[in-house]
Amino acid sequence: MPIDIDIAHVARLARLALDSDELERYRTQLGVILEHAARVQEIDTAGVEPTSHPLGFTNAFRSDEVAPSLDRDEVLAAAPDARDGYFVVPPALDQR
Amino acid sequence: MSHADLTILEAGAKLRAGELTSVQLVEDVLERAALTEAELHCYLHIDHGGARATAVAADRELRDGFDRGPLHGIPVAVKDNFCTRGIPTTCSSQILAGYRPPYDATAVARLRDAGAVLVGKTNLDEFAMGSSTENSAFGPSRNPWDPERVPGGSSGGSAAAVAVGSALGGFGSDTGGSIRQPASLTGVVGVKPTYGLVSRYGLVAFASSLDQIGPLARTVGDAVVLLSAVAGHDPSDATSYRGEVPDFGSELTLGVEGVRIGIVREFSGEGYEPAVAAAVADMVARLEEEGAKATELSLPTMALSLSAYYLIAPAECSANLARFDGVRYGLRVEGETVEEMMGRTRAEGFGPEVTRRILLGTYALSAGYYDAFYGQAQKVRTLVLEDFARAYSQVDVLVTPTSPTTAFRLGAKTQDPLSMYLSDVCTIPSNLAGHPAVSVPVGLDDSGLPIGFQVMAPALGEATMFRVAAEVERLAGFTSRPGLVAA
Amino acid sequence: MSWESVIGIETHVELSTQSKMFCGCAVGFGAEPNTSVCPVCLGLPGALPVPNERAIESIALIGLALNCEVARNSVFHRKNYFYADLPKNYQISQYDLPVCKDGWLEIEANGERRRVRIERAHMEEDTGKSIHTGEGGRIHTAGSTLLDFNRSGVPLVEVVSRPDLPDARTARAYAQQLRDLVGELGVSDARMEEGSIRFDANVSVRPEGQDALGTKVEIKNMNSFRSLEAAIDFEIARQIGVIEAGGELIQETRHWDEEAGVTQGMRTKEGSSDYRYFAEPDLVPLAIGPEQVAALRTSLPETPSQRHDRYVGMGLSSQAASVMSASEPAMRRLFEGAVEARAPAAAAASWVSGEVTALLRRTERSLESSGISSEGLAALVAMVDSGQVSSSAAKEVLAAMQPGDQDPQALAERLDLLQISDSSALAAQVAEVVAANADARERYRAGETKVLGFLVGQVMKATGGKADPAVVSRLLVEQLS
Repeated sequence: MPIDIDIAHVARLARLALDSDELERYRTQLGVILEHAARVQEIDTAGVEPTSHPLGFTNAFRSDEVAPSLDRDEVLAAAPDARDGYFVVPPALDQR
Repeated sequence: MSHADLTILEAGAKLRAGELTSVQLVEDVLERAALTEAELHCYLHIDHGGARATAVAADRELRDGFDRGPLHGIPVAVKDNFCTRGIPTTCSSQILAGYRPPYDATAVARLRDAGAVLVGKTNLDEFAMGSSTENSAFGPSRNPWDPERVPGGSSGGSAAAVAVGSALGGFGSDTGGSIRQPASLTGVVGVKPTYGLVSRYGLVAFASSLDQIGPLARTVGDAVVLLSAVAGHDPSDATSYRGEVPDFGSELTLGVEGVRIGIVREFSGEGYEPAVAAAVADMVARLEEEGAKATELSLPTMALSLSAYYLIAPAECSANLARFDGVRYGLRVEGETVEEMMGRTRAEGFGPEVTRRILLGTYALSAGYYDAFYGQAQKVRTLVLEDFARAYSQVDVLVTPTSPTTAFRLGAKTQDPLSMYLSDVCTIPSNLAGHPAVSVPVGLDDSGLPIGFQVMAPALGEATMFRVAAEVERLAGFTSRPGLVAA
Repeated sequence: MSWESVIGIETHVELSTQSKMFCGCAVGFGAEPNTSVCPVCLGLPGALPVPNERAIESIALIGLALNCEVARNSVFHRKNYFYADLPKNYQISQYDLPVCKDGWLEIEANGERRRVRIERAHMEEDTGKSIHTGEGGRIHTAGSTLLDFNRSGVPLVEVVSRPDLPDARTARAYAQQLRDLVGELGVSDARMEEGSIRFDANVSVRPEGQDALGTKVEIKNMNSFRSLEAAIDFEIARQIGVIEAGGELIQETRHWDEEAGVTQGMRTKEGSSDYRYFAEPDLVPLAIGPEQVAALRTSLPETPSQRHDRYVGMGLSSQAASVMSASEPAMRRLFEGAVEARAPAAAAASWVSGEVTALLRRTERSLESSGISSEGLAALVAMVDSGQVSSSAAKEVLAAMQPGDQDPQALAERLDLLQISDSSALAAQVAEVVAANADARERYRAGETKVLGFLVGQVMKATGGKADPAVVSRLLVEQLS
């Protein structure tokens, strides 16, 4: 089964600014891998429930208690750009 | 002999007998690293100062009669995808170059509490994606048995460090075989515990439902000690196991009399090196001689595990790695808009394998393809679990080669992602099921490269798994050391 | 052609837990930026979420109050999209297995009761806050965006109604009554102006009688109930205008511009939205068992319609019961307390909804600071009933009540407002007035009974307004006959 991949759309969803050569290379590689991965479609799974997790338990909670937060200076020291206690990023597309 | 060649249990005995100090031990290990790092590149960061200071404190505590247990004063290495407070944590990625986390992973905190000396952070395939440690943005690690060959991956740095003695024990993470396969290729013991036994808090996630932290060690006994130090419930990880932690070492000396061993038919044949297949068959025969009952079993869905894995793991990774966006930490490549900045940062910051898997996972989850790919893979996962359940109704453990081949040459598989993926074919099913598995070295092939033997067990079946592993270790009598340190 | 509009409301309720949804950072309003953050809510590498148990109880309570089915098996999903104020670039939310589904809220709107179906209520986490800055401070010339993650990870419950609302007024009534309910449950501050409850409206129009729904437009950014109503009204008119002008509507999200009083389309975002939902592998499923549901149910407060019926049972007219059951909780407590202190329900309700409400508004005081208590109100009602004070004097007594000084008897005495209703005390004054107005007396005797009013007025004047007019009138009739 030939697998159709709109690689530019996928790269956009994944926020990866790839050029057209890169896109083409990944499209080819994904095609090969997906062809192998598509073997999962060869087995009859009618009536089979999906497993998203190997664990069988439920309800892991924490109680509603406040724990210490991080030191802001330490947090912002790791940021590529920060000002006046805020992280700073360029404007969003719809804000321009 | 350098103390760097001691096992953890041996070193611990010497420390307590007053024949050795942690400072001496750490100096020997650092010296071993100094001798081998240029060739092997096991570490991305060695914390000389921190390690020496911890060793001094460990010696003082022991003198004062305060003994933190078997890891007290023992130098260990952790993979660079474990968060270490104030110590660089890069996941071998340019996108995290220079990043220093503001907190310790739970496993790291527990190692510190256990008195272990953190030597440094070991190399890995970028974000633990790979089977050779060649996908490191900071250069590959090499196999101490033959530096022209890979140490396996993704925990190749920890495996090679333990094999060569630049740490007495190591930790890695195993998502599809990333502890066991490099253990196999470097001739050490590698353990993937039951999912949930070791907290993932502070382990930089690759695929959350598959990732599990585990030890690499020179012996099964050492592996048990290392695992015991980090296992147990952690309230910071909602997927952490809440029950009592099994006593991993309780059956180590019982032998295999009466143990039912299953040989999985699907893990043989084409693609399996004859030396590997022979070593495994030979070990099974010797276990039978010791009273184990061996049965050949067929687990038909095993053949589909690899396909399911290469949909599930990338899908989870595509979301887990979305946070690396140039906003709050790590690399930023500037752009006019925030969208442009994020897109460039990610395109430049991630290497090709990570990019490939992000794209693959994004595709598998996207509208129109979810059911055929990700959804179907999750159903196959159910079938894999059912196959295992059927098998474990007949046998206590399953045995296979850890990897179809011994260590391959650098560059041999980098151009063909699929062939690289195939080296995890025997290890992936345990991750899909959340079951424990261990790789134990059983011999060398004609080129003098180690062969690993995998023992798999049902969830929380570690005690029996280690029981069989210990017997395999005893029967194999594997005492060879890599050429680099054998002299 | 005549048109009908169809409206559904999506409500985001910020829960008033102590700590965030998946970490221990404090939930607070107005803290310094980025001071209530940790590895989890900042999306640092390696951090893992652990759900807040109280948040789960809160959403279950909301679900029960909305007559929803509370799921025995509910799952968190990751909703994947890139946005700078979304630290992990996915939001932990819910998809096909929400905590609550298939319920209804009975509301009072335009004088009638109506059942609005609830599709679902699910749990999710809030995003951080973006502040767009630039030379002009105007969004359109923004130079950069500042990010504050204090709000990131605050627990949110999203309540989605079915498209059961026919017009803006009804939509507003739904929103207000849902807000009241949530406030009453004590699970949220439910303050629209602080953003702790936010309403988005899905609006479509169709020719009257048509079954199929028209193209749906989502409108956002309404920060008061008034603007919610105005935005919906505007949007309905806009949609009808577009169609009648031969245009075609597009399914989109529009922002309400409060100043301009219009909804405005947003520029379409790069790439279409494909959220790639999948089960959150860092979390295990939620299972809220029947025992827990039963326990939560006992802590549910009464719904407005249940309250309405109870008030009718206490003796209020349906209309008065509607007004009272929609009142603020403090006012309802005042009313119910007064009835408990033996005030007749109708009179107590009329005082609470009338003079007490007016007085508080006039003096800009809260009930607590006013000194008006249930006991005081009941005693005052009794004094009016027995004629000890006139109703106008009673209003003065009410206004004079202070915390710690609220006994109406004592206040009326001090203010000299007690009525004289003792016949013997008034007989002399009545006799004096009759004697002084011989002319009026003769006219009354001649059958001109309307002069009685004049004579009552004279007695009232003579007593400084304190005489009970009913008693005066009776005495006059006796003496004139």
